[in-house]
Amino acid sequence: MERITPAGGVLTFDLARTSVRELNQFLHHELRQSGARRVEILNPRGQHNLAVGLDAPVQVDIRGHAGYFIAGMNKQAQVTVHGSVGWSVAENIMSGVVRVRGNASECAAASGHGGLVVIEGNASSRCGISLKGADVVVGGSVGHVSAFMAQAGRLVVCGDAGAGLGDSLYEAVIYVRGKIHSLGADAREEAMTEADVSQLDELLVAAQIDCSAGEFKRVASARTLYHWHSDLSPMHYS
Amino acid sequence: MSLEESYTFNRHALAYIQHAAEQGLYEIRGLGAKRSLPTFDDLVLLTASLSRYPLEGYRERCLTKTVLGTRHAKKPVELEIPVTIAGMSFGALSAHSKEAIGRAATAVGTSTTTGDGGMTPEERQSSKTLVYQCLPSRYGFNPDDLRQADAIELVIGQGAKPGGGGMLLGQKISPRVAEMRTLPPGIDQRSACRHPDWTGPDDLAIKILELREITDWQVPIYVKMGAARVANDVKLAVKSGADVVVIDGMQGGTAATQQVFIEHAGIPTLAALRLAVEALEEMKLVGEVQLIISGGIRTGADVAKALAMGADAVALGQGVLMALGCNADYYVQDDRRIDATGDYHRLGTAPGFCHHCHTGQCPVGITTQDPLLETRLAPEDGARRLRNYLNVLTLELTTLARACGKSNVHHLEREDLVALTVEAAAMAKLPLAGTDWVPGA
Repeated sequence: MERITPAGGVLTFDLARTSVRELNQFLHHELRQSGARRVEILNPRGQHNLAVGLDAPVQVDIRGHAGYFIAGMNKQAQVTVHGSVGWSVAENIMSGVVRVRGNASECAAASGHGGLVVIEGNASSRCGISLKGADVVVGGSVGHVSAFMAQAGRLVVCGDAGAGLGDSLYEAVIYVRGKIHSLGADAREEAMTEADVSQLDELLVAAQIDCSAGEFKRVASARTLYHWHSDLSPMHYS
Repeated sequence: MSLEESYTFNRHALAYIQHAAEQGLYEIRGLGAKRSLPTFDDLVLLTASLSRYPLEGYRERCLTKTVLGTRHAKKPVELEIPVTIAGMSFGALSAHSKEAIGRAATAVGTSTTTGDGGMTPEERQSSKTLVYQCLPSRYGFNPDDLRQADAIELVIGQGAKPGGGGMLLGQKISPRVAEMRTLPPGIDQRSACRHPDWTGPDDLAIKILELREITDWQVPIYVKMGAARVANDVKLAVKSGADVVVIDGMQGGTAATQQVFIEHAGIPTLAALRLAVEALEEMKLVGEVQLIISGGIRTGADVAKALAMGADAVALGQGVLMALGCNADYYVQDDRRIDATGDYHRLGTAPGFCHHCHTGQCPVGITTQDPLLETRLAPEDGARRLRNYLNVLTLELTTLARACGKSNVHHLEREDLVALTVEAAAMAKLPLAGTDWVPGA
């Protein structure tokens, strides 16, 4: 295992020489004692499960493309991927910030409970699926069925949204600047309120995404699927 | 007067059609399949006589210790008995019920399991060994509780509704349940049927590794599936890295799902168990990957037969609820038995027939979130009853094992079993009693 001794509070791991397990064990158990305030991860080479289960106020920079579940179940940490990621980045995030400088594959921020996830590029399908309170900001576009069954939190799409956006939404809110290919069952477009605009502006500033909140459309649940009804309309069969 | 009843459109079919026409909505109910199916009752044990020596029933030891999750985990689950408690959610069950279950499981040295909705502090505190479920809904799922778990169970499906998601009707979404699940109170909650962050066995392998990384490879990871395409499903789960495979047959219960699922999807526990064992044998992983079977297990005889067929342990759900008092005609308050028959009648049912868990109006206070109804089950009384039941199962199990000449219940084997019916013989791949004929072999 190779670690480079902290210099100015920065500790570097080279994954060409260190295993994912050693990296995560260090982040879970030795980070606080090390005194490092920043961790640099080199040569991720698309490996999965990097920096998962963190629970410390540390900045982690992953220099390159990474695989599935990066920063999964994150608490407190600020994780930045200087590249693109595979499926389910920041899945079930609880707090902290996870930022992807490139693109994200499917299911970004799936079931995220809190914190902020920023995808500066595009995100593939099911972005923000099952969201439970986290904020997700995508600089580009998102794929189909994004925010599926999202319960709480916000999904912000600065580009376009694919088909079936917000299908079976609960109380999460979606903001889209570009074109919406189609809305999913029970999702509807609503007028932006002043509160929407001011809160969205704050979120965009926090995400460091240069857009104006006034350009966005709001999508929320029509709440027609909250109870089973008799005499179902065909929409409910889908 | 002609009273010739149609086989096709009999009274059940008529009632179904007319109910559907009146309501415009499928029937939702609790518990498991009620149709007649081949079960462990259709097998018998060949206890000892001259060709096998029995052990003395009350004096010679018969071990029941059970270890699960030996494949990868640093801390496998060690249980005193091979009878575990299946996942049942807080939400479906009251907090009193969950506490009673935790206390009883702890007292007899076995594990209990969370459910859809997350882990409650009462449950963690009352349960020495607690299995934390990771379900498609991810309600209440968080890394702090994950790290408190003694094992993790990735739930892909359950026997009552393989291929379907969970369901909890609005009357059971109390403010506490709603908060735990991040849902508006009072809505009819539908859980997802697929996990939100992975799809298929290749992804599952990475997901399992993620959970191992987060928990530092300490605890076992179970994969639970409803019994459908069991042979392939078990192989894929094992290939994906599962330490323990849990197979839930179609007699497995639920707190609420569509009747059409309960009665028409999946395969019986007997057939599922045989297929799962064969899959592990084919992969040469018997003993390395443990197998838990569930779905309609009721008695110590059921447990003995399941172990003889190749299970390492069983999991109980409905049996646990019935031990707590489900479908009894009374409940106990202040040491007095109080008749609950009227409450069953108000639900349109009677003791012995109730499957109205979905209504939240459980007459004996088990499957409810109503604060008044919940008081009908005192945790300490429920724990006593369940502890007794689990002890009886264990006594029956060891009685049969000793009679088969086994000093350890895990030494029961297929050779100790024969089938009483052709159907059971075919499903279990055991000889029909008195013959050497194994249908389909």
